[in-house]
Order: sequence, then structure tokens, then C-alpha cells
Amino acid sequence: MSLINSLPEMVITTKADQFLNWTRKSSVWWMLFGLACCAIEMMQTQGPRADVDRFGTAPRAAPRQSDLMIVAGTLTMKMALRTKLLYEQMPEPRYVISMGSCANCGGLFQLAYSVCDGVDKVIPVDVYIPGCPPRPEALTEGILKLQEKMMHEKWLVRGAAEPAVA
Amino acid sequence: MDATAIHQRLKERFGDAVGDCDSAAKDPWIAVQPGAIAAVCRFLKDEPELAFDSLSNQSGVDYNAKDAIEVVYHLYSYAHRHPLVLKVSLPRANPVVSTVEQVWKAANWLEREIYDLLGVVFEGHSDLRRLLLPEDWVGYPLRKDYVEAEEYHGISTRRESMLK
Repeated sequence: MSLINSLPEMVITTKADQFLNWTRKSSVWWMLFGLACCAIEMMQTQGPRADVDRFGTAPRAAPRQSDLMIVAGTLTMKMALRTKLLYEQMPEPRYVISMGSCANCGGLFQLAYSVCDGVDKVIPVDVYIPGCPPRPEALTEGILKLQEKMMHEKWLVRGAAEPAVA
Repeated sequence: MDATAIHQRLKERFGDAVGDCDSAAKDPWIAVQPGAIAAVCRFLKDEPELAFDSLSNQSGVDYNAKDAIEVVYHLYSYAHRHPLVLKVSLPRANPVVSTVEQVWKAANWLEREIYDLLGVVFEGHSDLRRLLLPEDWVGYPLRKDYVEAEEYHGISTRRESMLK
């Protein structure tokens, strides 16, 4: 008699990794990190029309309660140091979405003396969203992509290397 | 009162410390010697006929060719509804001018900004720190001969993009 047959019908079996990943990706709390005009689109994404809450995401105002940092806007050199500090304050596992041209590469302002050309110069980035600024649909897509990536993480294998990148 | 009349008043009061007046410019302006700017501003504000109660804007300009940094004061009188522009020319090597913060409080941040970006030192300012850039920033970026540093706290400022 197999294991599956011996269990009641309402029980489903799964892998521990997958279960953990599923719980994590279903409650992505992201840190509010609006730096420029992208922040307006980020607010729209959170609003009733795009409504990313239906994917289990919720904005938080503190790094220590967040799983995801959405860097939305132009990153200045002055802010870059603070971004790094805030990223380090987030508990692991932590993810970063770079939203918009400015966060990706400095965008329109990359020749300015005070602008950091891309948030990936300071912290590792999981998903890049192009656009100036990206529409709420694009940010939603980015969050879904990140959830896909989160589903591929492997946490329980001892001595395993860094989680595979999707 | 128009700029020519104001210039006349200033000439009578301060003599050679007040320079020429360009009344044909869109915003008529008067040149002032650096040493006299605080006294001139105080007079412009306190004199009932002039009553420049507002410092609308204060900015700095780097004239590399003239080897000068100019500080420009945009004044406005809400009582008499007349505007005026003052200009002070400073040597590029050592741009020092006395503050007008005691005359108009608005000058506090404006002067900090000019200090931040052009390196003009305002003597007598109560809190002369950088306003926008980080306090450990090297150099004054709006000077024409500013050379961008290679990196800031380990963050490279060099670009791999094609837009170099």
C-alpha cells in the first residue's frame, strides 16, 4: 500500500522545499523604497486597479519586516550608502527588484555627478524592470517573475551551494 | 521705483561700493562690491521707500573665462511691487563674501546650496554645511573645472555604457 493511499483525501503531499517556497512567495512583504517618479507607479500598482495585494504582497515601511526591496527611482550616491544599510537590515532570504531605468543603470541621469549608475553597483538585484517609469502591469509582472524565482529556491539541502537562479 | 532710481539712491548712500546698473536687461541688475553687500542689502530692506522684504532667489554662477564666480541676488518688494537684481563678483581662487542671512532668513539654505555646489564661502553664516551632497563629498560640482572622482565609498562612477 503506498503512502498516498493511506492518507485521507484532503491531504496532499509535497516537498518541504516547495512548501516553504510556496509560503514565502505567497506573502512577499516589500519595503517602500520610492526614490523618484517610479514611486508614483509603485503606489498605483498597490492601488485598486492593479492591486498586487491579490498575489500576497503587502507594503511595509520597515526593512526588518520586509522580504523584498523595490528600488523605485533615481539612486543618488548619497542614497546609495543608505540603500546598502537598509538592505543589510533586511532579514534573509531577501530579494531586490530594480524598478525603472534609473535604478537599472542610472537612466536619464547617468551622466550626472551625483547619480549612482544602477542599484546593482551597491546591492545584488534579482529582477530588473525596464521602463521610464514602468507601468503598474510591468511591476506586477516583475513581482510574478520574482515569485517564479522564489519557487525554485532550495533551502533544505545541506551543503548546497547558493540557491539556483531561475 | 525702477532700477535706475534705486541705483541712484544706492550711489548716494554707498558711493563707489555700488557699481554700474544695467537697466536695459530684462531683469535690471546692479553690481555691488563684495565688501558692501551686507550693508547694501540691509539698506534695501529697511529703507521704507525701497522695502525689499523678500529674497526670491540667490544663486551662484561660475564664469570661467572671466575667472570669477558671481553671486546673484533676486529681490522683490511686496510692499511696492518692484523687483531688483544684485550681482557680486568674486575671485575664483578665493570666493568669500559676507552672508545676508541676518537680513533675510531665506538666505540660510540658499547660501548653503551655493557653498555646496560652487564653494563660495559666506562669512558670518550660522550653519555653513553642504545642503544637498553628502558631507564627505570632495569638490564643488558646478564649477566648470570640476573633475568627477573615480569612486565614492567604493561605488565606481565609471560607466560601461555606450553613452560615455
